[in-house]
Amino acid sequence: MSQEKPITILNGLNSALMDAMAEDDKILVLGEDVADPEGGGVLGVTSGLSTRYGDDRVRSTPIAEQAIMGAAIGASLIGFKPVAEIMLMNFTTVAMDMIVNHAAKLRYMSGGQTNVPIVIRCMTGAGISAGGQHSDFLEAWFAHTAGMKVVAPSTPEDAYGLLRSAIDDPDPVLVIENTPSYSAKGPAPASGHRVPIGKAAIRSEGNDVTIVAYSRTALEAVAALPAMNEAGISAEVIDLRSIQPWDEEAVIASVSKTGRCLIVHEAVTPFGAGAEIAAVVQERLFGKLKAPVKRLGAPFNPVPFSKPLEDAHIPKAAKITEAAVALVRG
Amino acid sequence: MTNAYLPDGPTQLAIFRKMALLKTNDELTRKTITTGRLIMPFYSYRGQEAIPSALAVNLRDSDYLCTIYRGIHDMLAKGMPLKDLWAEIAGRTAGTCKGKGGPMHLTYPKKGIMVTTGIVGSSMPIANGLGWGAQLLGTDNVSVATFGDGASNIGAFHEALNLAAVWKLPVIFLCQNNRYSEHTAFDVVTPIPRISDRAAAYGIPGIHVDGNDPVAMYSAAAEAVARARAGEGPTLIEAMTFRFHGHSFGDPGTYIPKEELQAAIEADPYPRFRTKLIADGIASEAELAAIEKECEAEIEEAIAFALNSPYPGLEELSSDVYGAAA
Repeated sequence: MSQEKPITILNGLNSALMDAMAEDDKILVLGEDVADPEGGGVLGVTSGLSTRYGDDRVRSTPIAEQAIMGAAIGASLIGFKPVAEIMLMNFTTVAMDMIVNHAAKLRYMSGGQTNVPIVIRCMTGAGISAGGQHSDFLEAWFAHTAGMKVVAPSTPEDAYGLLRSAIDDPDPVLVIENTPSYSAKGPAPASGHRVPIGKAAIRSEGNDVTIVAYSRTALEAVAALPAMNEAGISAEVIDLRSIQPWDEEAVIASVSKTGRCLIVHEAVTPFGAGAEIAAVVQERLFGKLKAPVKRLGAPFNPVPFSKPLEDAHIPKAAKITEAAVALVRG
Repeated sequence: MTNAYLPDGPTQLAIFRKMALLKTNDELTRKTITTGRLIMPFYSYRGQEAIPSALAVNLRDSDYLCTIYRGIHDMLAKGMPLKDLWAEIAGRTAGTCKGKGGPMHLTYPKKGIMVTTGIVGSSMPIANGLGWGAQLLGTDNVSVATFGDGASNIGAFHEALNLAAVWKLPVIFLCQNNRYSEHTAFDVVTPIPRISDRAAAYGIPGIHVDGNDPVAMYSAAAEAVARARAGEGPTLIEAMTFRFHGHSFGDPGTYIPKEELQAAIEADPYPRFRTKLIADGIASEAELAAIEKECEAEIEEAIAFALNSPYPGLEELSSDVYGAAA
């Protein structure tokens, strides 16, 4: 690990794109406003890329998500590795046909003759007063689609390493970036660092309860540790990092030790990723569990605008503490 | 339209050979289903053979094609081998996609057949990406998206033509206007008489052509291909044609007025072109009959091959979902 000063998640993503494009001229970046004349991305994630790598490889597009995804898919079929930015996760809804019917399935439907090595980057997350159509976590839809991979980093190092791995990957990978935590800081990754897709990170070791989280909720779970300690609870926090595939073995090993499992995500609870994880944990560890597997997601409503409502929608540290304490005390 | 591009005699004969193959293949496909030898969804293209045949003689193997569920004529014209095709539509392991794609998802990159989609409109955005790739690689390969008149009313059409125009992509948008969007007549769902007029909205050329006239269709395709190869950007071609059968196999097409269908069948492009070639001295009746016989024999051989081929092993169920990570 590099000893340089901490960087933000946004810096990590930008460095990953810079470094990857320097190494492989088949890597392309396209999306709304991604080139430098348009600002290098609305929040600057792609800043500097078009200046360094040129307008051919880094292209601002019309606001046309089907066209963006189609261009990425087509170019990927003949050896390019496009990184397509769908600015906000909610905007994937207007490109679902391209993503789900085409990107995810062309390898299978062609009997392996073609593959779609694309990356889809998008940001999302409640907490910035963006309301119901700019804040959703929709990862379960994509994790439910055979052929897709889904990752959601929560640190600058993982943002760099997962994006590099996503670009290396021979199949479509959706990278979910959490808007409110773009500025979260952490150690800078070494150049070329990779985080394997499907490998979780244990953020804190503990004995009483395993907390499985990803993206913002992994940060919230870590933030909840002091309060949980104070309550006499020793929590093991697993940052899943990858949702499809997810690190089943890491979770099972941890829950085997603690006997309790709390799954936390910002997506609404019903039919969320937590349901799949909970099902697998109980299938494999039914006799060893000290308590039913517990899910903590957002309530089943659209993301509200009004600040107190929006705050109440997000599973923040205090709620995680409360749920963990309740789970351990029974 | 200029007549700068006219097919010579051998080219016309090459177009006829493709048309004969396509027409016979459609007939034998319907027969194979009717006789219960094969169960599959089939979207007959009978009546539309001249369009891809006249296009394909302008293309190379390295040019790209994105076609649709009613697209077996497109891919045969582009060079999909018959045995690979038939084994695929019969779900056999010798099929081009190991039987895992089927009649709506045939793929054959060796001949540039990159995507066959079952989703109306979706050939176009992906054809753009192939064209973008060709542009970046600096080849003069072109990318063709075929689609029907119904697809010109879906959003992907607008997004794709707009992007192709602003990026000057080497893409040919080939609309085969067969007058029916599934069961619905063209004018019920389309407010203007010519889809080619929509090209003006993107500042690109729009060519309206009789797709059932192989010579005119050849000229239109040649013009669009030349423009794309020269880096001058995309073209929208609206090739007028008629679908002789229902939307999908088993649909009697009762929504098509009898007189309209009768007139279309009387103007069948296949016998018309056949007569023309003989009248123009390009080929004799005997030569054309021999071509037809050859096509029939090749197709029958492919059908027999396919139906006697093994199904994929169950290990194929979960292979090709993901590749091996680097």
